[in-house]
Amino acid sequence: MTSPTTRRAYILRGSSALVAAGLLTLTSACAGGGGSEEVTSLTAMDYNLAEPQNGTTKKMLQQCGEQAGVEINRNALPRDQLMPRLLQGASQQELPDLMLLDNPNLPQIAATGALLPLEEAGFDTEGYYDSVLKVGTHEDTLYGLAAGVNGLALFTDTAKLEEAGVEPPQTWDELRDAAKKLTQGDTNGFAFSAIGHEEGTWTFEPFLWSNGATLTELDSPEAVEALQLWSDMVEEGSVSQSVVNWSQADVNDQFLGGRAAMMINGSWQIPVLDEQDVDYEVVPLPVPEAGADPATPMGGEVWAIARNGEEREQKAVEVLQCLLNEPNMREWAELNAYVPAKEGLAQQVAEENPQMAPFVESVPTARSRTAKLGEQYPDVSSAIADAIQQALAGSGSAEEALSQAQQAVPES
Amino acid sequence: MLARIGFLAPILVFLAAFFGYPLVANFTMALREYTAASFYTGEAPFVGFANYATVLGDPVFGTALFNTAVFTVASLAFQFGIGLALAVFFQRHFPLNGVLRSMLLIPWLLPLVVSGTVWRWIFDQEYGVLNQTLLGLGLIDAGIPWLSSTAMALPSVTVANIWVGIPFNMVILYGGLQSIPAHLYEAASLDGAGPWQRFRHVTWPLLRPVSAVVLMLGLVYTLKVFDVIMVLTQGGPANATQTLTTWSYSLSFQELDFGLGAAVGNLLIVIALVFALFYLRGLRSSAGAPTRERR
Repeated sequence: MTSPTTRRAYILRGSSALVAAGLLTLTSACAGGGGSEEVTSLTAMDYNLAEPQNGTTKKMLQQCGEQAGVEINRNALPRDQLMPRLLQGASQQELPDLMLLDNPNLPQIAATGALLPLEEAGFDTEGYYDSVLKVGTHEDTLYGLAAGVNGLALFTDTAKLEEAGVEPPQTWDELRDAAKKLTQGDTNGFAFSAIGHEEGTWTFEPFLWSNGATLTELDSPEAVEALQLWSDMVEEGSVSQSVVNWSQADVNDQFLGGRAAMMINGSWQIPVLDEQDVDYEVVPLPVPEAGADPATPMGGEVWAIARNGEEREQKAVEVLQCLLNEPNMREWAELNAYVPAKEGLAQQVAEENPQMAPFVESVPTARSRTAKLGEQYPDVSSAIADAIQQALAGSGSAEEALSQAQQAVPES
Repeated sequence: MLARIGFLAPILVFLAAFFGYPLVANFTMALREYTAASFYTGEAPFVGFANYATVLGDPVFGTALFNTAVFTVASLAFQFGIGLALAVFFQRHFPLNGVLRSMLLIPWLLPLVVSGTVWRWIFDQEYGVLNQTLLGLGLIDAGIPWLSSTAMALPSVTVANIWVGIPFNMVILYGGLQSIPAHLYEAASLDGAGPWQRFRHVTWPLLRPVSAVVLMLGLVYTLKVFDVIMVLTQGGPANATQTLTTWSYSLSFQELDFGLGAAVGNLLIVIALVFALFYLRGLRSSAGAPTRERR
């Protein structure tokens, strides 16, 4: 009878030792956070997992950390895990000192009050595009700055267009015609991402905006007309219905594989395309009427700094200032095909690399997706994505789909 | 007495920490307006049942509930039916029985993300094996948009999920069949029962307890299926494959409205609980039956 009791006692003692050990690690972890000693390390978080962004981010953070005399622990996560992870950190008041956010997500983090206002911290915004500053701004305060931005343009397969005798389209009508002519055999004339989340929405926004519609009046005739264009092209067979499941990377693969003669995609695909040795051209997105501005949404990530106490903030500011200095901005833009956030630099890039020119051109008129809706944007974005899918893959008309989406727009 | 408590304590602590706390937290979260800002400020205003009202009033709720029901019922029916048929088939002795049976387990061993991706290729509208085969056989004129039309997406996703679930059903039911004494079948044959009658009057009633377990587990698994749908369609197109699980995820982690996401999650828990109660009641009544028969 004694042996089971002793065993029980062992188990008990063992488990209490485990608990004690657990408590110890907990307390030591807590103690590590605060303190006013000199700051020797900072944390950074981003979602630049794909090359070449991954290597560039890593290298620049390291260099800038050395310059500021701190070690930077970088944590790179898959894109869809970044926001949940940041929020988790925020709940313990432990945001990374430096974080690279997709710009439409900035208002949500900024609204928590957890971010450092950058202008007060001594950032000089001279030379930046106004439109770039706008995407980093929440309620009139600048919280995020980008080294480079991206946008959307039309990529065309030079050989296929020549073969079909088609010029790169500039208006919607030309686009529709060109797409029809280019659809032959296994090749679709045109491809874009209409996937059911932000990627689909942002691909659609240039059509919505350049036709004069806004994100707050989704059921307007202008908005319906824009969606009708997409849905007509799917119906005519110039665009595969599978676009409702394609991400922008999938669209790029279709284009690379010769299955699409034209596509809408972002500048970051340029390095990917160049590696593959395809002959392509980049032109601004077609607009409803000749001469109108292609209103593209401003894409790209902004750096933000968490309020983690004065010493840490100061170091983080130093690091960010280094990340955003002109040589770094230039290098980032060159390696990853982003448009530098400063106008002067961007002009140089456009001159040197004609394929970047349409993207540079679009920056001044590029719009902030969150300017009107702020932290409400994700709700509306997801409603628009649903409407797109409804019109392209379902039986509903563009008008019905959008009037349903309008219900997600907050009344103001 | 103290030793008794000590012995119980680990499991109680475990249950409280890993089941009690999340459940309670999810329940209270659903009663609050819990948004991105709440994480940092810790302020989540109490809104009572407003989240439930929003969720129930959302047109997506009806779609998601319908999809969940169709997906679950169809998955269960076919997984169980095909699984049972295979189990009965493998009960007979034939060469390579063991090899074939273990090969049928492969879908169960594959990570769901892998099988999901494979099905995505199979279902591809332009280059997928399925459409190419049907086109080759001349059964269709144009590729069917398996995953990219609102009409076809749910059946397609369900088929993929059925494929994933068949091995599980087969293995458990096969085990159940092994425990049925062979002499019962002999006796039935001597009484002149044919194959169907032997199945109907020997196999089926004796397999009932195992079937109930398989169906119950299958129900719980299927209600919370997430990976297959996420990989294949992400709940789209236009919510055509949105189930309560994927909707809860998308509300919480894409729209970052955690209160609403929690409310949907709780509704899912309630649904699972209702079925669990049925199961427990069924178990109690069937547990009584054999004892009486034996006397």
